[in-house]
Amino acid sequence: MNTPVLEAKHLGIAFGGLKAVDDFNITINEGELVGLIGPNGAGKTTVFNLLTGVYQPTEGAFFLNGDKMNGKKMHEVVRAGIARTFQNIRLFKSMTVLENVMVAFEMNYKYKLADAFFRAPRYWKDEEEIKEKAIDLLRIFNLESKADYIANNLPYGQQRKLEIARALATGMKLLLLDEPAAGMNPTETAELLSCINVIRERFGIAILLIEHDMSLVMKICERIVVIDYGVTIARGLPKEIAENPKVIAAYLGADDEMDVEDDTKEGA
Amino acid sequence: MKKLSMKSTIINFVVLFIVFGILIVLCETGILSNYIKGILMVCCISIIMACSQNITVGYLGQIALGGAGFMGIGAYTAAMITKAMASANILVGDGAPDTLRFLIATLAGGILAAIFGVLVGIPALRLRGDYLAIITLGFGEIIRVVIQNLKFLGGKGFSEGSAGQALVGINRIANLYVVFWVMVVSVALMFTFIRSKYGRAIIAIRNDDIAASASGLNVTFYKVLAFTVSSFFAGIAGGVFAHYIGSLSAASFGWLKSTEYVIMVVFGGMGSLTGSVIAAISLSALPEALREFSNYRMLAYSVALIIVMVYKPTGLLGTYEISVTRLLNRIMGKKEPSLHAIKAEVEASKASEEDKEVQ
Repeated sequence: MNTPVLEAKHLGIAFGGLKAVDDFNITINEGELVGLIGPNGAGKTTVFNLLTGVYQPTEGAFFLNGDKMNGKKMHEVVRAGIARTFQNIRLFKSMTVLENVMVAFEMNYKYKLADAFFRAPRYWKDEEEIKEKAIDLLRIFNLESKADYIANNLPYGQQRKLEIARALATGMKLLLLDEPAAGMNPTETAELLSCINVIRERFGIAILLIEHDMSLVMKICERIVVIDYGVTIARGLPKEIAENPKVIAAYLGADDEMDVEDDTKEGA
Repeated sequence: MKKLSMKSTIINFVVLFIVFGILIVLCETGILSNYIKGILMVCCISIIMACSQNITVGYLGQIALGGAGFMGIGAYTAAMITKAMASANILVGDGAPDTLRFLIATLAGGILAAIFGVLVGIPALRLRGDYLAIITLGFGEIIRVVIQNLKFLGGKGFSEGSAGQALVGINRIANLYVVFWVMVVSVALMFTFIRSKYGRAIIAIRNDDIAASASGLNVTFYKVLAFTVSSFFAGIAGGVFAHYIGSLSAASFGWLKSTEYVIMVVFGGMGSLTGSVIAAISLSALPEALREFSNYRMLAYSVALIIVMVYKPTGLLGTYEISVTRLLNRIMGKKEPSLHAIKAEVEASKASEEDKEVQ
């Protein structure tokens, strides 16, 4: 059996007495697209922060292609092959679109400090090579014509795309997308959808997706994991998830919660 | 890309040689008095200092207030080296030997300042914002006080606790022509540094350090690197200063001096080296130009600062760089080469290479 791209075993983190994520297990194979959903505050982004080294897990471990990733700092995790985008877009706002992508190619530059100071031939060779690679990457996202724009001046949808392009430039094996469709209109969402499909075809990478847009999740995810209050409450194919009573309860409120509401009304 | 850059490098150097030529003519014909030459010397030192501070304060976006401390390290190191070399009679004599001695000592001053930059940077850069400002200010003062008390640098020793003598008898071998080129090379090196993957990473960290580490950048490494490069050039400026002024007292490397250079950076634009150059020249020359108004000159200096900060809070140039090439292109009515033009050029050169291979 192939080693999965990502394997998380009993992953958990506690902030003081609060267990934000508890016993989180997931396996993602090469080229797979898995959705991670749950109501607000369920701990989805915390899972992402655990998987990218922002937080260190207090329990369990996670493995990338079989290598243990615990204890690594954020940039080390990225270098190992897990890249992410953020819920609230984080671009290098004052830099151009092209530079945003070029920064993320950092690991591919071979030239040293002295080469940079004195503009040695290696500097020119590397810079030119990376620039071409970056433009090629922008072309996939139809951002090539905007390469000279300051990133902050792009429309929202394109900023999202640029963030994904930048993540791709790190050359990762697993991409974590944190609510990529948030704040997008239906046209932009459709564009994003085709974009994700293109990435999967071209790069064959594994993707873990957090998303609130259920239609998007149901359309593209092969498997879905649902968490609520940091605990995994369901996992399976989109169809199964849509019909799972626990999931429906988590999203729409369970019976016992309604009882509580009734109680307070009576009290008033 | 390389071709275009080569062209602009040549244009820049032609302009610099013209400026240098004018400088030689003015000096040799005696139009410039020693007083004006002194001001020009101070301008050169300020330019190196302001640009070096721009790397941490502007490009990296971390307010560091210890610049003068590193300048002090460079100044004292360089002074001690030229003194030692003079007493050992190595490279002594007018012209080339003295100049070489000066350059060696200044470079050594820069290197020692850079080493201290690493040592101070590693603990200090864990903090950011106002905390970093305070801690770097503290480190700057520590450096100053240590220098003040070291016996071989003219102090009375740590047990005395009072300020000692100034370090005197430094050969005044900083020649304006040489210093001009030291300044040019320093600024050029800082420019190439900023326009490389290192500079790009540093600017990215200023923009968003979380996104920077999410892009695989080792943020701590790049912060310390920026701080080290900045300290190196501060040390160079110190070395020049020591051999211009001839005597050193630790008091002249206090935190007020640091803020003076940070003001130049803010005035010229955080993230613009040409802005720093302009600000360094104007803020060093302005108090001198207003000397006849004696008491009012510092008032004018302050008012100039306030006006710039009110009407142009990003500084004179913001992050814009003045480019002679661009200016020439505009005068000649040429359009700026866009990315597409560059891409087309790259593809054309590729195609021609392929043609060669076919043949």
